[in-house]
Amino acid sequence: MHLVILGNGIAGITCARHIRKRSDHRITVISGETDHFFSRTALMYIYMGHMKYKHTKPYEDQFWAKNRIDLVRAWISRVDPAAGKVVASDGREFAYDKLVIASGSVSNRFGWPGQDLPGVQGLYSYQDLELLEDNTRGAGAARAVIVGGGLIGIELAEMLLSRQIAVTVLVRESSYWNNVLAERESALVTRYIQSHGLDLRLETGLKEIQAGANGRAAAVVTDKGETIACQVVGLTAGVSPNIGFLEGSGLETKRGVLVSRAFETNLPNVYAIGDCAEFREPLPGRRPVEQVWYTGREHGVVLAQTLCGQRTEYAPGPWFNSAKFLDLEWHTYGDVPPTPQPDQASLYWENASGQQAVHLVYRVSDGRFLGINSLGIRYRHLVFDRFLRDGRNIDFVLENLAAANFDPEFFRAWEPDILATYNRQTGKNLRLKQRKGLRAVLNLIKPA
Amino acid sequence: MSNPGNSQALSLVRKTGMALFLAGFGYALFLTLGSSYRLDQEQAGKLFGSRLELIEAADPAFVGSTYRGKAAFLGALSALSEQSADAARARFGLSAADVEGMVSRNADKPFDLQAELALMEQAGTPEKAEKTKTWLGWYDGKTLSASELQTQLSAKAEGLNAGISGLELSPYAAFQASREASLSLAATRPGLAFLLTFGLVILGGLMHILPKTSEPAGIKNNGVQQDGLNSRGLIGITLGIFLIAFYIVLYWFPAWIAEWSLITDPLSYALTGGPSSQWFLYGWLYTVAVVVMGVRYAIKYRHSRYQLVRTASVTFFQIGFAFLLSNILQRFQLPARDLKNIWPLDYTFFYEYNVDSMLRAEVLPTAAKAMFALGIGLIVLGVPLLTYFYGKRWYCSWVCGCGGLAETAGDPFRHLSDKSLNAWRFERISIHSVLVFAVLMTAAVVATQVTGAEQFLGLKTADLKAWYGFGVGSVFAGVVGTGFYPLMGNRVWCRFGCPLAAYLGLVQRFKSRFRITTNGGQCISCGNCSTYCEQGIDVRWYAQRGQNIVRSSCVGCGVCSAVCPRGVLNLENGPEVDRTAVQAILLGKDKIQVLS
Ligand SMILES: Cc1cc2nc3c(=O)[nH]c(=O)nc-3n(C[C@H](O)[C@H](O)[C@H](O)COP(=O)(O)OP(=O)(O)OC[C@H]3O[C@@H](n4cnc5c(N)ncnc54)[C@H](O)[C@@H]3O)c2cc1C
Ligand code: SF4
Ligand code: SF4
Repeated sequence: MHLVILGNGIAGITCARHIRKRSDHRITVISGETDHFFSRTALMYIYMGHMKYKHTKPYEDQFWAKNRIDLVRAWISRVDPAAGKVVASDGREFAYDKLVIASGSVSNRFGWPGQDLPGVQGLYSYQDLELLEDNTRGAGAARAVIVGGGLIGIELAEMLLSRQIAVTVLVRESSYWNNVLAERESALVTRYIQSHGLDLRLETGLKEIQAGANGRAAAVVTDKGETIACQVVGLTAGVSPNIGFLEGSGLETKRGVLVSRAFETNLPNVYAIGDCAEFREPLPGRRPVEQVWYTGREHGVVLAQTLCGQRTEYAPGPWFNSAKFLDLEWHTYGDVPPTPQPDQASLYWENASGQQAVHLVYRVSDGRFLGINSLGIRYRHLVFDRFLRDGRNIDFVLENLAAANFDPEFFRAWEPDILATYNRQTGKNLRLKQRKGLRAVLNLIKPA
Repeated sequence: MSNPGNSQALSLVRKTGMALFLAGFGYALFLTLGSSYRLDQEQAGKLFGSRLELIEAADPAFVGSTYRGKAAFLGALSALSEQSADAARARFGLSAADVEGMVSRNADKPFDLQAELALMEQAGTPEKAEKTKTWLGWYDGKTLSASELQTQLSAKAEGLNAGISGLELSPYAAFQASREASLSLAATRPGLAFLLTFGLVILGGLMHILPKTSEPAGIKNNGVQQDGLNSRGLIGITLGIFLIAFYIVLYWFPAWIAEWSLITDPLSYALTGGPSSQWFLYGWLYTVAVVVMGVRYAIKYRHSRYQLVRTASVTFFQIGFAFLLSNILQRFQLPARDLKNIWPLDYTFFYEYNVDSMLRAEVLPTAAKAMFALGIGLIVLGVPLLTYFYGKRWYCSWVCGCGGLAETAGDPFRHLSDKSLNAWRFERISIHSVLVFAVLMTAAVVATQVTGAEQFLGLKTADLKAWYGFGVGSVFAGVVGTGFYPLMGNRVWCRFGCPLAAYLGLVQRFKSRFRITTNGGQCISCGNCSTYCEQGIDVRWYAQRGQNIVRSSCVGCGVCSAVCPRGVLNLENGPEVDRTAVQAILLGKDKIQVLS
């Protein structure tokens, strides 16, 4: 059997690796972006000089031949399920028995005037990175305007700042990323990034990008009528599934390629995973399109099962994620909604320095713990996963919070302060039951 | 946040610092390469003793002449060695003319040794007579033909002459001579020279480093991969060549850095009570490098308390144990040992002179014996126990001097370590081979002391010692270990060569509570951890599959954890259960058969 996987990102590659672990199927992975799988999440570090491209490749180049995974560099322009083949822009054709579409995302562009001028770009692909090098090379670039907050926006801002390019960020929201972060975390992050040299314009949108005499982007006009001179414009207002090339293929799409819980599309022998897939029936509490690294990895693992003869549905554990706003780390486990929900209460604690904060959410009626956001403190996935799966009570979680701490040795412990805040807020008198460390973790995760 | 005026001022401070650093460094180079040299009669007498006569015979002008530049002086010294050999042969040896004379006087009649000796005495060469008496005694009274005499006496003369040498200055003697003859500021006003060299280097270094505190704390590896110094650019390669040259000079041609030792004389007198040697100088340089670059490291990683505490520890052990204590011990005539140095890194621990100095000391014998007990205790108890509880990091990145230099001065080069599987394969072979070699060599040394046999398993103990000392002790640990920092990363020795690291690593791998835990599914495979692991461990390979990292080579520097942008990695000690487990649940694999 010949399996063709379109896309060598985390989703496609994980799928290929796991098919190989379980079968002898012939596997071909096609991508137009790079010869080898690399970590998209590390694009920023290449630009900043922390790493070179080669460091972002999680497997040595010889790995693929050794595991009999054929790599093809090509842009696929047409998928022809009726004939069981995909066709590349250079005319090459690849016949498949089963096809996995793992084509990722593209940066959003909302039809802004001037959005296609030279000097205007998104940040998604390796080619975008090369373009950014071109756009910011030399002394030419003194100021950049980034349109759209969120995680890629802040990364792009950090990248440009590292090269002494002044950055203005236009954000539609009233506070940074408050469509995802709850109010107080968002406020903290907003303060944090403002104090790190970013010119943040809240509740401001893009109206138009103007060209200069050389035909390149020279200024941005905001919806508040302000004109900001700049040499580079970064468009980071989110990403959408990369499905343009699937038009006419007969695949059913909405935002992304519509799939079942087992990643089957409407056509037999065609599957979709990763950023480009959209669940017909989203999992409870989760979005129909999952656009993060680890979900792509999980999709790949699960689909490999199906492709090797054991149909398996996607049934992920509790949600988690992490990111970094400049030097401020954010971890989340479970569900912390951006706006308060009925029957939910919060414990929010913030260190006076504004460098650490936690926000725990629980159900008022039965005290069940629902989720945590932490900023500047690391918490252990393993432990929070258990808290959430076991439906632990908020009191239990707080009493064992130190045991869930994942900060390195010698870091100051904030859990006593956090618990004191809770006690003050609720009139309770809880105490920390365990100290940080592996022994405590082992106690906690022992099967109940 | 940073106001531009302020940052301009800071950048000026940094540039000035760099200029001062280069000035101090340049002046130090000038002092040791460009000074003038002259030995007066008294100094020459002190240095050469009775061999002074030879020098005067070879080159009467040497004493009292001024030589400009180290090259000229050392050149004159080595010319002197050759000329003095000629002079010595003329005085002590039998020339072709001597042989011819003897043949013509003694052919076909009984050889008259007494007459020949008398002739030599008359000629004012009594030493020659002395030698001739031993070498030609057999011929006394024997009758040989002219041709027989000619061949036999020529052969004898050759043998006799071969045993005559001139001055033959050892590298150490050349070092001493350079120190004695130096007319530089380093000799005349060492305190001032100290300020103008080390003073400027340290001040400039700190001025270059300290303004970094104005940047926000957090990982700042900006531009590391493009930097000419950090990433094998021209400056990096130049520095590598300089360091390699420095080690070669230090081990085999110390005369070239004689002035640097003169500069440290006052310090040496204060600590040890005696003049500085190239080893005292080396200890001082090493300590300066650890401290100054330790400050840089602490600033760079100040977002991590683990890094601050660890750097304080490793700096403390360098200053306190390796430098101060060992030199002060010498002052009290105790063995000048670095007490934290453990066999087999300290491969001379069981050498006869060391064992004698500890077990048969005349001064403070109990203290000296305690030093021996400490050394043994560290080998048999300290290493296994502490490594069981904390991993090999307790030594390699908290205590050890090699580790101390690697973590501080070597930090800018940590990403240059090779992460490939092939490098890992090579590492396992090479480091364990050195361990076997060290054990074998030491067994031979001990056997020789106990039984008096000069051989062990058919190998000469002296040869084993010589090979190990040269190949491992000097070339591997020094020239390659540190000289290659800018070329192959800061832990070349620790990773590929150190036999103690191999021993610690075996314990860490098979019986320890230490591991690096990974935070479930949070890894985004970015690669920062692997890139900055100085031991070339592909940390990401484990992290992205949610597996704890248990590797014999991990020195627990904690940098993988410090540079990870997602807080995935943590150095932890704990119960041994599940030490290398893969946390399958968190990777979405709990519903399926785990094949990670
Ligand atoms: C700058 C940046 C930072 C990010 N940081 C994080 C983070 O910190 N944490 C996190 O969880 N997520 C992060 N993400 C999101 C994460 O990278 C994506 O969710 C993930 O890479 C999606 O993986 P994928 O395999 O679905 O698609 P992709 O990685 O996009 O791979 C798809 C591949 O298919 C190729 N392809 C597409 N169409 C064709 C075609 N027609 N022909 C040939 N090849 C084609 C593409 O070129 C691409 O190489 C980040 C994304 C970006 C852009
Ligand atoms: S462990 Fe951290 S540094 Fe290493 S690859 Fe994963 S996210 Fe990157
Ligand atoms: S694995 Fe981490 S702690 Fe161990 S040596 Fe490498 S960087 Fe240091």
